[in-house]
Parts: sequence; C-alpha cells; structure tokens
Amino acid sequence: MNPRSSLILREVCRLVIPAVMLFALYVQFHGEYGPGGGFQAGVIFAAAVILYALVYGRQKAQRILPTETVRYFIAAGVLLYAGVGVATMLLGGNFLDYNVLLQGHQQAQHLGIFLIELGVGVTVGAVMIAIFYTLDEFCE
Amino acid sequence: MITGYFNYWVVIILMMMGFYIVISDSNLIKKIIGLNIFQTSVFILFISMSKVKGGTAPILIAGADVYSNPLPHVLILTAIVVGVSTSALGLAIIAKIHRAYGTVDETIIHEQDDLQDEN
Amino acid sequence: MDIETIVNISLLTMLALTVVVLIRMKSLLAIALSSGVYSFLSAGLFVAMDAVDVAFTEAAVGAGITTILLLVTIAITGREQTVSKHKRFLPIAVITITGAALIYGTLDMPPYGDAKAPIHTHVAPHYLTQSSEEIGIPNVVTSVLASYRGYDTLGEVVVIFTAAVGVLLLLGNAAKRSGRKQ
Repeated sequence: MNPRSSLILREVCRLVIPAVMLFALYVQFHGEYGPGGGFQAGVIFAAAVILYALVYGRQKAQRILPTETVRYFIAAGVLLYAGVGVATMLLGGNFLDYNVLLQGHQQAQHLGIFLIELGVGVTVGAVMIAIFYTLDEFCE
Repeated sequence: MITGYFNYWVVIILMMMGFYIVISDSNLIKKIIGLNIFQTSVFILFISMSKVKGGTAPILIAGADVYSNPLPHVLILTAIVVGVSTSALGLAIIAKIHRAYGTVDETIIHEQDDLQDEN
Repeated sequence: MDIETIVNISLLTMLALTVVVLIRMKSLLAIALSSGVYSFLSAGLFVAMDAVDVAFTEAAVGAGITTILLLVTIAITGREQTVSKHKRFLPIAVITITGAALIYGTLDMPPYGDAKAPIHTHVAPHYLTQSSEEIGIPNVVTSVLASYRGYDTLGEVVVIFTAAVGVLLLLGNAAKRSGRKQ
C-alpha cells in the first residue's frame, strides 16, 4: 500500500520474506511427519506475498506475481486435487482411492497425499493472495 | 465438576458475546468480527471434546500410547480456512455496500432505503 | 490442580476478557487488532488441548490473514464507528436465555478430558491404531484429512474456491472498470 515505508521495515522484510517462503515449503512437504500441510503452507506463503505487497507496494508484488497468474493457480489447485481422484478412477479404483496409483500401497498413499496436499496448498495460497489483491485494488 | 465443565461454559459465554455483537451492533464490520468470535468459540468447543486427559498430540511416536482424538482436529482445521474465505466474501459485500450507500452502518442504510421508498 | 488445567483456565479467562474489552471499543481499528489477539490466544489454547495442526492454522489464518483483510476493509470504509442507537435490553435477554439453555445442555455432556466419552470410541481408535499400517505416515491428522476423508477435503477446497470466485465477481471487475474510466 505504501511504497515509501521506512528503511528499517524494508530491510527487515528483505531478510524475513525468503525465510517465511522457505518455511511455507517446509510446512507443505513435511506435513506428513509433523504439524502442517497444504492449508497452513498455502496461508503462510500468501502471508509472505501480502507482507511484500504491504511494504513495497502492491504494484511491485503484482509485477512478480500478476493477478492473472494467481487466478490460474486458484483453479489449478482444485483441478490437481480432483484430477488425482479422476486418475484413480481411470486406473480402476474408487474416487481418491490412492492404492491403485503405485505398486506398494504405502508408497501409493504417500504419492496420493503428496499430490492432494499440493493441490490444497496451491489453491489456498492463491485464494488468499487474490482476495488481498482484489480488496486492495478496490481500496484505491 | 468445575474443571470438567469449565471449557464448555466459557465457550458458551464467548459464543453468546459474539452473538450479542451480531444482533446489537449496527456496524457491519463489527458484525463480521462478532461472527468470527462466535465461529472460533465453536472451534474451541470441538477441540475441547477431542482432548483426552494425559494424551498427546495425534502424531504417532514411539513411547506414547494415549493420543487425543484426531477427527475433530481435521474438521476444525478445514473449517478455519473456509471461515476466512467466507469472512472475506462478507467483507467484499460490505465494501460494495459502502460504495453504494457511503456508510457501513445498518441504521443509516435502512433510513436511506426508507427515504428512497417514499420518493 | 496440575499445570495443564491452570494454563487452560487462564487462557480461557483471557479470551473472555478480550471479548468483553472488544464489545466496549468504539474504534474499528482497535477492534480489528483485538480480534487478532483473540485468534492468537485461541491458537495457544489449541496447543494446550493437543491440537497442534489446528493451532498452526488458527495462528496463520485468524491472527494473520483475517486481521489483514479486516484492516484493508477498514481502509475502504473509514475507521470510526457511529454510536449505536439500538436498544440494549432485547439482545441481552436473547443471549441470556440462549446461553442458559446451552449451559443446561452441557450438563449431559461427558466431562472435559474423559477418555471414555462416546466420541473416542467409534472411528478414532481405528485411525490411531491402524493408520501407521494402512497409510504409513506418523501425523494422523494428515492421514485422516488427505486419505480417509479425502472426499470431504475436496469439498472444503471447492468451498474456498467458490468464496474466491465470489469475491472476484463482486469486486474484481468493478476495480478494473473504474480503472479504465479514469
């Protein structure tokens, strides 16, 4: 919102934002072993982008992550999730029955959970960024 | 008795205070915040029911055999994210109302509507 | 009284006090920030009640994203609240009666932390004992979310998707149109 934020704010954010994004990826891919998963990772990633937009101005954030791209990501996550369900049906199983994806049933479950958590993360992150962009644009 | 039901009672007090904001305040943004408080108190009710005394978080590790119930956690986890999306939709409608009426106060909006009906 | 009970009771008391203060506030900016405090305290309570995944989500969503969205909306609508002319009596009567009925209802519930409560006897033992063999990942919340109840989660993701479509339809095009006019 304010491109002329204070020097300290800008420099601290330069250090913090990459760490937040890295943490979002950790939460996304480590959610099977510790607390976390697609919902949390998506929100944390969106928070990093929103922090960037607040400190450096929304236009600058939109140059890196344009509104159009975010809108495609909203649909892409849902399609990936539902696509896994359709793929399991085509392979002869029930909808979202991951056991048919691979030979070993634990590996198959791992792959299925990995893919749908990715779908959830992409959709949730993109939705939060899109809602922020839209409200902020309306603000002007 | 007191410690066994304390959680539920505070949840109900929080729920009723959220409900009070929704029905008594005329500012639409404060109504949304009241709804959020109501919603979070329902989340606390569900998680209170999932707790097992002496249990630990439902992440399987060696050396722990009592875990809290994971099912309410799943329900509430998704409900929180759905909740923020629906609040955002409500806030978008409020922004639209502000553009149309120039206010977010319910009483003034009704007055404006009545004036229009008379004309 | 053990330490868990003390933490539990003090967090719940702080939550109630936050809401009491929030009701009496007039500045919307302060109200939005207090609702962030409320979310953060409830995230702490979720940790105390073993729901680490939920606490994580509440801290990121409730205290982070919701507060930001509220602040942006307040930037659109203005921060001062007009004084409410509503009568206080009727709302207080309604919440007192509803609250009393609900508290009467809780007396039939199993006490807090009871391991023999009906909720813990149906499917939860299956998830806790069988999921390490059937799914093979340690976080039971993730295995229920993504595998046992994958169909529900798909529904939730579609709800989030729909809410975003709603916001974009309400405001997205309007912002673009007014941009073109200028």
